Amino acid sequence: MSLLEVSGLTVHFATDDGPVEAVHGLDLSVGAGEILGLVGESGSGKSVTGFSILRLIRPPGRIVRGSVRLDGRDLLTLPEEEMRRIRGARIALVPQSPRTALNPVITIGTQIARLFELHGDLSRRAAWNRGIEALDQVGVPDAARRMGQYAHQLSGGTCQRVMIAMALASSPQLLIADEPTTGLDVSIAARILGLLRELGTRTGAAIILITHDLGVVAETCHRVAVMHAGQLVETGTVRALFRQPLHPYTRALVRSIPRIDREVALEPIPGAVPSLLHASPGCRYMARCPHALEVCRKNKPSLDVVEADHRVACHALEANRAAVA
Amino acid sequence: MALALYVLRRLMSVIPTLFGVTLISFFLTYMLPGNPAQVKAGPLATPEYLAEVERQMGLDQPMWVQYGRYVGGLFRGDLGESAATGRPVLQDFTQRLPATLELTLASLILAILIGVPLGVLSAVHRDTAIDHVGRIVGVAGVAMPTFWTGLLFIYVLFYLIGIAPAPLGRLASGLTPPTAITGLYVVDSLLTGNWRTLWSSLGQLALPAATLAFSVMAPVARMVRATMLEILQSDYITAAWAAGLPRRRVIYGDALRNALIPVVTTLGVVFGFLMAGNAVVETVFAWPGIGNYAVTALMTKDSGPIQSFVLFVAVMYVIVNLIVDLLYAVVDPRTRLS
Repeated sequence: MSLLEVSGLTVHFATDDGPVEAVHGLDLSVGAGEILGLVGESGSGKSVTGFSILRLIRPPGRIVRGSVRLDGRDLLTLPEEEMRRIRGARIALVPQSPRTALNPVITIGTQIARLFELHGDLSRRAAWNRGIEALDQVGVPDAARRMGQYAHQLSGGTCQRVMIAMALASSPQLLIADEPTTGLDVSIAARILGLLRELGTRTGAAIILITHDLGVVAETCHRVAVMHAGQLVETGTVRALFRQPLHPYTRALVRSIPRIDREVALEPIPGAVPSLLHASPGCRYMARCPHALEVCRKNKPSLDVVEADHRVACHALEANRAAVA
Repeated sequence: MALALYVLRRLMSVIPTLFGVTLISFFLTYMLPGNPAQVKAGPLATPEYLAEVERQMGLDQPMWVQYGRYVGGLFRGDLGESAATGRPVLQDFTQRLPATLELTLASLILAILIGVPLGVLSAVHRDTAIDHVGRIVGVAGVAMPTFWTGLLFIYVLFYLIGIAPAPLGRLASGLTPPTAITGLYVVDSLLTGNWRTLWSSLGQLALPAATLAFSVMAPVARMVRATMLEILQSDYITAAWAAGLPRRRVIYGDALRNALIPVVTTLGVVFGFLMAGNAVVETVFAWPGIGNYAVTALMTKDSGPIQSFVLFVAVMYVIVNLIVDLLYAVVDPRTRLS
């Protein structure tokens, strides 16, 4: 059994025109020490999935079905107070846009030290010193002085390091990193990813890396789960998925990665993520798919195993294999 | 040093504003119907005597000359003389100012103590009963004029139920004011340990302060609510939830601390409302402050007190807004001069 097992997760957002199915019947698992890349376009439901695991979906959003098991215990049925004690302690979040994720009127030191007080049961003074150490560990230069500063006085990269230090304050078993490198320049982004990778190895924490960037996934992750319109369309090891992307959407994503070593024209994926209001009962990729069949209209394809640890949800598998070959 | 320079520059920039205020208040008073010389001379004065008094008061001079005299007097610290009391306005003001300050401060504190939690609760429990009640109370506070709420409070709490004291000034009759230290009866009686006076002054203060606070509580509560709603959606609050911080701490610590920044800004405006509201509320409750003094003066075209009141409110407004701007740097580290 894996550390985290998500099964059948379905999240709805109520709107005036009816519920929007942001995530539909999602199955996911991550083992200790593993880095899973959760990939998809904007609006594919990857962040909603991340927040559902933390049970931080707020109205009008609602988790309607499914289970999220951490070490076998279903988080979705826990009382709120118990869930609160899991947040930050056993599952931590590295948020998108680190600069706005830090409270602008509270010093960095207070924000990080209080986590050690809360989760590590340390005295105020000891927590402060642990805070300095933690910043040191993630490579924040001049950590002691940074503690007295505010978010607006730090660079974006430093803010993200601070966020990572905060997420690790309680040595969580699972780290959810939501687009941790958005808005950072390439070299800083590479260092942040390196840091995450190193931390995964060192602490044995599982990491879910939410991103739209397959390049980031190739560099950082062990396994990938590709989401489209709230559904998982393909999952497998990074190696399998890049070598043999079987779902037409994955293939399109792989083909849209710019490459410096080959002279290939980038191919944009036609169409947009379909509306999830009154979503069709069939395959949600159908409208954008070059291989769409009649069956795709009515039946939602199930996530089938094609080889060890590589699963695809597509009716037109044969056409896909031919396309890859 | 930079701070002192900033304050100085701000104060200098106010001079034209204050000049304009004297101009407007002077001419508005000048246009008022009525003759202050008549008040001073008494109803039975002969036309000759009245003309004599007018000449003494300088009322026979052209308007510009009168204005020049008024401004000239201001530079010497002379606010003119009240025709009604026959004393220098400055002297009347100094005597009455503590009453006004006590009432204004009490209502400001009350408005914050009620308005801020009400705003927070309305935001946290958005679209529930608490939010709706908050909205109704807020609209009522803004919509009902203070002279009316004041009378309503007196009618219900003093006349019908009888739990409030008679609306006649700052202390129950028979009690002597506490030794003047700050001039604020509540503070002074507390400092001198005079419990009976303290209790009486608190009782007298309760209704007028509540009346004033009720009128300005709504803007405070609405501002807190709007900012809280926005802040509760912010990334750093999501991050705080995700870090497992206790609910109370997230809402009243992380979120409220940010929500107070725009509230500090509104306080400047709120203070302006309070100063204006004072004139009416002091009259309703026979509160011996400068608002009451100015309203009485207005009835008789007693120009000295009126102009001085207007000028005083303008100066207070400027000072309070300067304090607000300085406070800003305290509550929001992003605006600190570095």
